[in-house]
Amino acid sequence: MSKFLLDVTVALAMVGAAWTTAHAEDLKLGRAATPEEIAAWDIDVRPDGQGLPEGQGDVIQGEEIFAEKCAYCHGDFAEGVDRWPVLSGGFDTLQSERPVKTIGSYWPYLSTVWDYVNRAMPFGDAQSLTPDEVYALTAFLLYTNDLVDDEFVLSRTNFATVRLPNEDGFIEDNRPDTPTLADGEPCMSDCKTGVVVTMRAQVLDVTPDDDDD
Amino acid sequence: MKKQTGTAETKASRRQFLTGAAALGAGAVAGTSTARAGNPDNLPPNIPDWSRYLGDGVDARPYGMPSEHEAHVVRRSVPWLTADPVSSVNFTPLHELDGILTPNGLAFERHHGGIAEIDPADHRLIIHGLVDKPLMFTLDEIKRFPRTNRTYFLECAANSGMEWRGAQLNGCQFTHGMVHCVMYTGVMLKDVLAQCGLKANARWLLPEGADASAMTRSIPMEKALDDCMIAWAMNGEALRPAQGYPMRLVVPGWEGNMWIKWLRRIEVGDMAWHHREETSKYTDLLENGKARRFTWVMDAKSVITNPSPQAPLKAKGRNVLTGIAWSGRGTIDRVDVSIDGGANWQTARLDGPSFDKAIHRFYVDFDWDGREMLLQSRAIDSTGYVQPTKNQLRAVRGENSIYHNNGIQTWLVRSNGEAENVEVSA
Repeated sequence: MSKFLLDVTVALAMVGAAWTTAHAEDLKLGRAATPEEIAAWDIDVRPDGQGLPEGQGDVIQGEEIFAEKCAYCHGDFAEGVDRWPVLSGGFDTLQSERPVKTIGSYWPYLSTVWDYVNRAMPFGDAQSLTPDEVYALTAFLLYTNDLVDDEFVLSRTNFATVRLPNEDGFIEDNRPDTPTLADGEPCMSDCKTGVVVTMRAQVLDVTPDDDDD
Repeated sequence: MKKQTGTAETKASRRQFLTGAAALGAGAVAGTSTARAGNPDNLPPNIPDWSRYLGDGVDARPYGMPSEHEAHVVRRSVPWLTADPVSSVNFTPLHELDGILTPNGLAFERHHGGIAEIDPADHRLIIHGLVDKPLMFTLDEIKRFPRTNRTYFLECAANSGMEWRGAQLNGCQFTHGMVHCVMYTGVMLKDVLAQCGLKANARWLLPEGADASAMTRSIPMEKALDDCMIAWAMNGEALRPAQGYPMRLVVPGWEGNMWIKWLRRIEVGDMAWHHREETSKYTDLLENGKARRFTWVMDAKSVITNPSPQAPLKAKGRNVLTGIAWSGRGTIDRVDVSIDGGANWQTARLDGPSFDKAIHRFYVDFDWDGREMLLQSRAIDSTGYVQPTKNQLRAVRGENSIYHNNGIQTWLVRSNGEAENVEVSA
């Protein structure tokens, strides 16, 4: 092989090494996240209890914390203030004209309560509660929904034994649930007769005014 | 419903239909434009000031803003809709836009704990759980994965949710404005996950936001490895803080709530988490008291944006009807338009790029003789999904689903050009 060709070959090999685009290889991006870093941010809890920290709290403790930090929006007994969420009651309303979807009437899993209170509440001071406080608040919310008595103590140990009434109230997505092209071409002409207006937004008059520009 | 027939063109109702060639008194009707007449001093034969005197130089507006005459083109909210503007939504002014892209400053916002204002130097993304190597990334490191540019719509699952019980809000901004469509620049989520190495039992992801709601949603692995992205730019510039700056998840075609903003953490697991936003919220209550969950895909939908209640017809004669259509299942194949409340339909003209899971633009060029119209549009997507009527949806779901109302919208356009949100008989 001539000296010239050898040089070209070496040069191409170097370019190849510098501009590799293979996907499967290790791109060496990012650095190892330490167990401490992960633990500090890993706050999620699952229905099987995975993610729950050690701790416990009872209904009475929960009532005191709720009165101090939660009742302003949710009401003393979690009945909701103004348009803030109602957290208790609403049993047997899911088939009614105005369903009241609460922890007791609608939520499938207690872990969702613990997880959400811990990550996002109190509104405006998130992730400020201790695990014991979150257990206590969760116990109190069970009490306001008539699911435990006032001596109940919730802990990591007994957490998975508590089931919410509407756990079986959910089904998987079964859309499309209206006709598609597989059911035939949609009608293009003379599809209906005597079309009349049945409802008008103007009657309600709830549209924001447009004169603020 | 009747099937399409080949004799439609012979029917009187068909002849009365919107068509570019139809002579619905075109030219015979005097113009009745209600547009502002303007200042005569600036109109021919006069010379306006801006034609004589010099304007601002290039340093006057380092970041350009729209003309002051477009100051009314803004996002708006519906104060009675939510308890507090910090955990609320505003709406894209669809009736003021054209094409398929939403300007960054007009893309609707939905926050659950307000807008997190984050210095990218102080932001990290941790990926952990069922992975070989738990890793932490800076924004700069994410940008070193192979990049891609993709245009997608993002629609809140509750878009049109106020309309389940009937016509409520007068304007497509309010009835349909929880949607936007931008081009994202980012990297494929699968490439970043590959860097961590997925364990054999990895089935679900839990992305989490760094905002004060620490938003989370469970995402199945098939979707994550299909077309999800981690994006840092929209329409060529950095994400706006309201849209998740410095980085957000992109979950094409699926409900907007899953597109976690201010993305700080992704946990890989073997089952779903059933968090608040996929149990208490974003589940669809049916008439029998059961609720659908994990209703991720946004079904095909369309709306006529002009004319509409906020954008009345201003003149008889030649006009342009326009609107948008989109589907979380693919592209839009066809949009049909009716002027008589769904009795007769004509296929609209699609214009502009047709991207997978993106907004499509449609037009009908027509002559208007001042007759009252009941305008509707009906989208059909690349999977054969046909946008249903609101009554078809109510028949199978009742009126308490809140989410996924993609029913056909009706605007009543009066003879004076004003439009109103109405519903019509089946």
